[in-house]
Amino acid sequence: MPNTYTWRGKLEAVCIPLAAILFSLLLFGVFCAAVGANPIAVYGAIYQAAFGRWQSFQNALIRAAPLMLSSLCTALPARLGLVIIGNEGAIVVGGLGAVAIALALSTNVPPLGSQVAMAVAGIVCGGVWIGIVGALRHYRGVNETISSLLMNYIAIALLNHLVGGPMRDPSSLNKPSSYPIPDVNMLGDLPGTRIHFGLIYGLIACAIAYFLIQRTTFGMAARIAGGNVRAAKLAGLPVGKLTLAICFLAGSCAGLAGMVEVAAVHGRANESLNANYGYSSILVAFIARNNPLAAILVAILLGGILTSGGILQRRLELPDATILVFQGIVFLVVLFSESLYGKLGVFQEKFDGNDRIGLVGSTASDRSGNVAG
Amino acid sequence: MGWWGVPLAIAAGTLRGSAPFLFVSLGECLTEKSGKINLGLEGTLLTGAMSAYAISYLTNSPWLGVLVAGCAGMLLGIIHAWLCQQPKVNDVAVGIAMIIFGSGIAFFFGKPFIQPIAPQLPAIALGGWSSSPQIQSALKICPLFLIGVAIAPLMQWFFASTRWGLYIRAVGDAPEAAKAMGISTSRVRWLCIVAGSFLAGIGGAYLSLYYPGSWTERISSGQGLMAVALVIFARWQPMQCLYAALLFGGAQAIGPALQSVGIDSYYYLFNASPYILTLLIMILTCSPKRTLTGAPGALGKS
Repeated sequence: MPNTYTWRGKLEAVCIPLAAILFSLLLFGVFCAAVGANPIAVYGAIYQAAFGRWQSFQNALIRAAPLMLSSLCTALPARLGLVIIGNEGAIVVGGLGAVAIALALSTNVPPLGSQVAMAVAGIVCGGVWIGIVGALRHYRGVNETISSLLMNYIAIALLNHLVGGPMRDPSSLNKPSSYPIPDVNMLGDLPGTRIHFGLIYGLIACAIAYFLIQRTTFGMAARIAGGNVRAAKLAGLPVGKLTLAICFLAGSCAGLAGMVEVAAVHGRANESLNANYGYSSILVAFIARNNPLAAILVAILLGGILTSGGILQRRLELPDATILVFQGIVFLVVLFSESLYGKLGVFQEKFDGNDRIGLVGSTASDRSGNVAG
Repeated sequence: MGWWGVPLAIAAGTLRGSAPFLFVSLGECLTEKSGKINLGLEGTLLTGAMSAYAISYLTNSPWLGVLVAGCAGMLLGIIHAWLCQQPKVNDVAVGIAMIIFGSGIAFFFGKPFIQPIAPQLPAIALGGWSSSPQIQSALKICPLFLIGVAIAPLMQWFFASTRWGLYIRAVGDAPEAAKAMGISTSRVRWLCIVAGSFLAGIGGAYLSLYYPGSWTERISSGQGLMAVALVIFARWQPMQCLYAALLFGGAQAIGPALQSVGIDSYYYLFNASPYILTLLIMILTCSPKRTLTGAPGALGKS
C-alpha cells in the first residue's frame, strides 16, 4: 500500500485513479473510432444518458445502489488480502432468500415487518454464501477466488432451478419467475424521486464499512492480518474468526443488494437478478482501491455508465456489449496504474539530505503491497 | 435402449464435451508451470469461439477459423503477459479484468454472427462397426479433440525431457535460480502465457464450431474458469489434465443425459455438477497446512 498519511500520498491516491479513468476514456475513444463510431458522439451519449438531466441521473443512482452494496463484497475481504469475486452469487442468493421470506409472510405482517424480514433474509443468505468461501479458505486452504467464482455458477443454477420449478409462477411464460412480492411490501421511493430506498442502504453500508475498517480495533486487526498473516498469528490475532466475520459481512452486503433488487426493482426473482452487477461491482471495488467511501463515488459513476448501454444501442447502433468493453478497458488501465504508485516523483515526500529513509520506506511499502495484492 | 441410454449418453457427451476443458486446461497448465496464473482464459475462450465462428462463416473454412481463434487468443495473452508482469500488479486481478475485457470484445464483435450459420468442423465416424445408431453417433469424434489428446503426452514429454521444458519449470519453481542460470524469466513467462492463450483460443473454436456448434453469448459458461481448478486437480501434470478434462466433460453430460430419459426436474442442478464437482475436488485436495504437491514454487507470489 502506498503511503496515504502525507498530503502527497493522499494526492497520489486521488490523482492516479482519476488519470487512469481519463486515460481509459481515451483508449475507449480510440476503440470506438476504430470500429467506425464517432468517439465524441459516444462520450456525449454516455454523459447525457448518465448525468445530463435529473431524470437520467436518477437512473444512475438507482443502478449505483446495488453496485455500492455489492462492491463491499470484494472491498472488505481485500483488506484481509483475499480476492473474492463471488458478488454475483451472493446477490442471487440474497435475492432468492428475500423473495422466499416475502412469499412466506405474504401480507400477514405489516409492510415494514415484511421489509425487515426480507432485508435480514438477504443479509443472512448472502453472508452465509460468502462465509462458506471464507471457511473453505481458512479450514481447507481452498483458493477463495476460484471457489467464489464457482459458487457464482452454483447460485445461478439454484436460481434457475427454483424459479423454473418450486417457486415458479405459472403465469410467467417466456421468462420463468417466482411469484411476485405483494405490492404493499415493496420498498418505496425517496420522496419526490424515482430513486428507491436501496440507495440509502448502500450509503449507510459503505459508511459503516469505512468506519469498521478504519476506526475500530476489529478493522485494524483485519488490516494487520491482510498485511502479514504470520505476524498477525504471532500477535495472537484470531485470524480464522476475522476471516469468517469479514467474509460474512462482505457477503451480507451483496445479499442486501440482491434484496434491494428484488424488493425495489424487479418485484420477483428471475434471471434479471444476475444482470452483471456482480462483475461491475468488482470493478467498482478495484477502482476505489477497496475504500468504501470512494466506492460510493465510483458506483455512481459506473452506475451512470451502465445506464447508457440502451442509448448507445438506439442512437449510435453500437451493440450493448460496448459498455462491457469499456469496463474491461477501465479495469485493465486501473490495474496498470497500480504499478505507478511510488514511481512518480511529484507525489514522493522529499527527505532533506537523507534519502536513505525514503528508500527504506519505499521498499517496505513495496513488500507490503505485494503481500496485500 | 431405455436406462442403458444414460451411461451411453454420458460417454458420448464426454467424448464431445471434454475437448474445450482439455485445451483450456493444457493452456493453463503451461501458463502456471511458468509461475503465473491466467484466470482470464474464460475471456480468451469466448473470444476464440466468436472469432472462429465469424471466420468460418466469412471464409467457409472452419480450419482457418480454428487458426484465427488461436491467434485471437494470443492477442489477449499478450495483454495479460505484459500487464501481469508489471511491478505490484496482481495476476489474479488481471485475470478478472481480462474476463470482462475478453467477453466484452467477443460480445461486441460477435453480435452480427449470432443468427447466421457457419460451416462446422468435420467429424470422424469411428462407430461403423456397430449397428446401433446411438453408438455410431456417440463415436463421431472431432479431429480437433484427437489433436488435443495428442498434445497432452507431448506436453508431458516437453516438460520432462527437453531443455525448454526445464527452463519453464525452473522459472516457475525458482525464478531466482533461473535468473542465475541466465534465463530471462520474463521472456519465458511471455512465451508460456501467449502459447497457453493460443491453446485456450482453440478450445473456444471447438465450442462454436463443433459442440455445441453455434455462437451464443452463453457458450462457455465458466469452462475457462474451471480450467484453473482443473489444473490444480491435475497436479500440474499435462497427462492428468487429459483425465481431468474427460471427467469434467462427463460431469457436464449428466444433466442432458438424464433429461433424455425423462428426468428433468433437477435439470439445472445437474447442469451445475461440473462446478460442484470442481468445488468438492478442491475441498478434498487442498490443505491449509502445506502447499500442494506439484505446485510450481513461484505460483501466486509477486
